[in-house]
Amino acid sequence: MQFLSYLISGLGLGSVYAIMALGYSMVYGIAKMLNFAHGDIIMVGAYVAFFAISGAGMPPAVAILLSVLVCTVLGVVIERLAYKPLREASSLAVLITAIGVSHFLENGALILWGADSKFFPSNIFPQGGPTIGSLTISWLTIITIAVCCVIMILLMLFVGRTNTGRAMRACSEDKGAATLMGINVNAIISLTFAIGSGLAAIAAVLLGSTYPSISPTLGAMPGIKAFTAAVLGGIGSIPGAFLGGLLLGVIENLSKAYISQQLSDAIVFGVLVVILLIKPAGLLGRKVSEKV
Amino acid sequence: MLKVENLKVRYGMIEAIKGISFEVKDGEIVTLIGANGAGKTTTMHAISGLLKPAAGSITLDGHDLVKMPPHKIVSLGLAQVPEGRRVFAQQTVEENLVLGAYTRKDKGAIAEDQEKVFELFPRLKERRTQLAGTLSGGEQQMLAMGRALMAKPKIILMDEPSMGLSPLLVKEIFHIIQDINKQGTTVLLVEQNARMALAIADRAYVLETGKITLEGTGAELAEDERVRKAYLGG
Repeated sequence: MQFLSYLISGLGLGSVYAIMALGYSMVYGIAKMLNFAHGDIIMVGAYVAFFAISGAGMPPAVAILLSVLVCTVLGVVIERLAYKPLREASSLAVLITAIGVSHFLENGALILWGADSKFFPSNIFPQGGPTIGSLTISWLTIITIAVCCVIMILLMLFVGRTNTGRAMRACSEDKGAATLMGINVNAIISLTFAIGSGLAAIAAVLLGSTYPSISPTLGAMPGIKAFTAAVLGGIGSIPGAFLGGLLLGVIENLSKAYISQQLSDAIVFGVLVVILLIKPAGLLGRKVSEKV
Repeated sequence: MLKVENLKVRYGMIEAIKGISFEVKDGEIVTLIGANGAGKTTTMHAISGLLKPAAGSITLDGHDLVKMPPHKIVSLGLAQVPEGRRVFAQQTVEENLVLGAYTRKDKGAIAEDQEKVFELFPRLKERRTQLAGTLSGGEQQMLAMGRALMAKPKIILMDEPSMGLSPLLVKEIFHIIQDINKQGTTVLLVEQNARMALAIADRAYVLETGKITLEGTGAELAEDERVRKAYLGG
């Protein structure tokens, strides 16, 4: 019973990682860049929700919408101002810029909102949860897992079945050829950032509700974890990000419970190293082969 | 229809295209022949907007293409079959074709055109649900051509469609190019295989290190002493 409870809360934590990893992975898939500011967008999302609820007294649903909106706009603006001018630059320049944006957001938050942590409102999701036998699962965990599954399915349908989704996949494979089809590659990249950042806001609300103490550096560690999850599952792959996120959450939770609190992160990253040794493209990543 | 005037394209300090002018008239097959590195693909990319020219003008039915973002050029009726095919390997044959019609909104007509493409390339129909990356080189070339036709272009640019194909397949591809032209699409063809290209072209230009050195009808150039020596093996 104890084990099952750890497993389920691990799935809950993993679902948050998965939602973040989806954003990471989609942006990498289309723009071929690691958006290291992704974790900090999550931080902004958490603060927006915090101020909307605790400051302005908005109802949670409105606050979540507002947070999604702010993050979406923020993501698109960051892409336009910081990344778009570097479209033809080396990937190293883009990577360093992304790290710069990450620091900019963190320190901006520090100036605006101070270094002391704030307490994320606890009234967004219902407290407690259903009990089956001796096992109690919190509503938050159930909602988090459900939200993550719904997001994954919607994204897969969108990318797999719609014209815009096909265009996204085309851009991911070959931007030049996609342009020759009449696809506006810049618009597709903007859209990808919008989706990824919108998802970051949802992750922020779930994360803030799980770990209610929020501070300007809150995005850093989950950001790296989400990145790890995306790589673990196969970066660029939507089901890969989902699987990687869940796996990471479960491994982290179980190692905290049974091995060591302090070592859990080391174990998580150790698993990443081992899996990449065996499958360099990640669990569901594609091996790229080309016919000439 | 397509008019290129005094076109110059630079890669950094290097001038790859040094002021060329040529024209493709409605209904023609025009070919641009030349050796590797002569600037054929660069010219193609400048026309379709993937490269911005340093100087000169490119117009399609009077519309200035130089100032237009590349995705808009497609909706004006200019499609390109790029060098090396560049099909979307991770998508199915059918998805590739649908992407070719990305700028179009007329769903019914798109479905009809897909059937026409399947008539032209029956092998694509057999493989419609297969990933494009699993096709043979020749089939990928057919897919790249079919995909360009899905845009319902007035003019189609083909960059080295014979590259890497067996002589038999090259013949088939060139027959199809003629068919496409007969059905009313203007063709601008870039080729290293000068013999085949000149055989089907109404008019031809010879491109040498960024300059046009000769022009004439396909038959004229095929008989020209200099062309025979340089491109037709004596």
